[in-house]
Amino acid sequence: MSALRRMGALVYRHACMYRRSWPRLAEIAYWPTLNMLIWGFTSSYLMRLHASPGVALAAGAMIGGVLLWEITLRAQLGVTIGFLEEIWSRNLGHLFVSPLRPAELIGALIVVSGIRAALGLFPATIIAYLLYKYDLFAPGPVMLLFFLNLLVMGWWMALCIVALLFRYGAGAEALAWTIAFGITPLACVYYPLSALPGWLQPLAQALPAAHIFAGLRAALRTGMADWGQLGAACLLNIVWFIAALAVFGAEFRRARVRGALLAIGE
Amino acid sequence: MDAIQVTNLTKRYGPTLAVDDISFTLAPGRVLGLLGGNGAGKTTTIALLLGLLVPSSGAITVLGHDMARDRFPALERMNFSSPYIALPGRLTVEENLITYGHLYSVPNLGARVAELAVQFNLTALMRRPAGELSAGQKTRVALAKSLINRPDLLLLDEPTASLDPDTGDYVRTQLETYQRETGAAILLASHNMAEVERLCDDVLMMKTGRIVDRGAPEALVARYGRENMEQVFLHIARSEAL
Repeated sequence: MSALRRMGALVYRHACMYRRSWPRLAEIAYWPTLNMLIWGFTSSYLMRLHASPGVALAAGAMIGGVLLWEITLRAQLGVTIGFLEEIWSRNLGHLFVSPLRPAELIGALIVVSGIRAALGLFPATIIAYLLYKYDLFAPGPVMLLFFLNLLVMGWWMALCIVALLFRYGAGAEALAWTIAFGITPLACVYYPLSALPGWLQPLAQALPAAHIFAGLRAALRTGMADWGQLGAACLLNIVWFIAALAVFGAEFRRARVRGALLAIGE
Repeated sequence: MDAIQVTNLTKRYGPTLAVDDISFTLAPGRVLGLLGGNGAGKTTTIALLLGLLVPSSGAITVLGHDMARDRFPALERMNFSSPYIALPGRLTVEENLITYGHLYSVPNLGARVAELAVQFNLTALMRRPAGELSAGQKTRVALAKSLINRPDLLLLDEPTASLDPDTGDYVRTQLETYQRETGAAILLASHNMAEVERLCDDVLMMKTGRIVDRGAPEALVARYGRENMEQVFLHIARSEAL
């Protein structure tokens, strides 16, 4: 019960901050909405140019890809920006000498990230439906499993980035904004795995995203869930999440040895 | 049971010894001053006591808990204030106190927050963002935060730095009142020697990571044949022999 209360305290702290900062609130929805408009219009243009079932499928996959990949990006940014907010406000010292356990800190940041992702993607989802007639939920409840896998992928990436912040301090802040974008070519969001050179394919297959988007394309094409791809994504997410927790724990311990928690903002 | 028991504590960063084999205890209801010039090891010692740092060797027991293995039960019963660590500036004073009240699982939190607002003269500031307060007001908020859980052990790093004499005196009076009413132990790192003489029962003098002398302020003044703690501090800080 106390653990939930401590996590709730951090969620409350972030809610208070967002309530009083419209630029932060706007930033949450800005990029997903902008991406949706750009790729949505691109898809519409392609459809007009070559109206065929194949192009329609590709356009649908593109809009779906934009929306779904944003889930991962927003999930990752939600956790890392939540952590960076504590660095920017020079509040980490107070948090780490409070009874808040590191696992509770992670849990609270994940909750904040989930809320941020939902708020940020809501306008883009509405735009996709109204402007491009794309219904993200058309494949049915199985989409919830895709969403969950994409969120988890964002969270374990975020844990790795926070671990880097423990190691390198706020100087590594740029990683928070760039790492997930750097992974995009391997995530196979807009094209199948076979589009990658052979030597890159094993790397892409090690990421849950490649399986999630292959599954999504199959669902759009056949109307049936590809449970094999979904199962592979789940398994990979579990392995990556456990590995990320281990890295986070090791870097947190190392930071306490090196005194990095005292100077993490520098 | 001592509030703090430190045994042969050493903290090394590569070749640098930040804290060099120190041992001391702090009994419940006592106020211990930690004095020394910049780089003497005071802040490192406090960080070790709070679990922010892992010792290179030695042992720390706080409120009966070994900080190396079991620090969270101790952290629930202690608190900390330093003007060098901020509270979230976007949050109001009230929101900050509520956040920390929940982090410390404070019962009847609303009443406790209202009580601290009165005690630290914060009532008119409760709806203002903490980032917009003056340095003195921020210090009062930080002290209110440090008492939110009625700690049995309070660690204070220069609690009255940047305060004007009147506010400084007000804060010292509040700390004395809290200590007298609750019997809490306080560890105080300060460069204000008048504050140390007023608040501390005992003093540890630190230099280059070592404890070079210890005793009650009046005993140290007598031992060094000086008029006050300021002169004792200057003597120790400038002495090559120590």
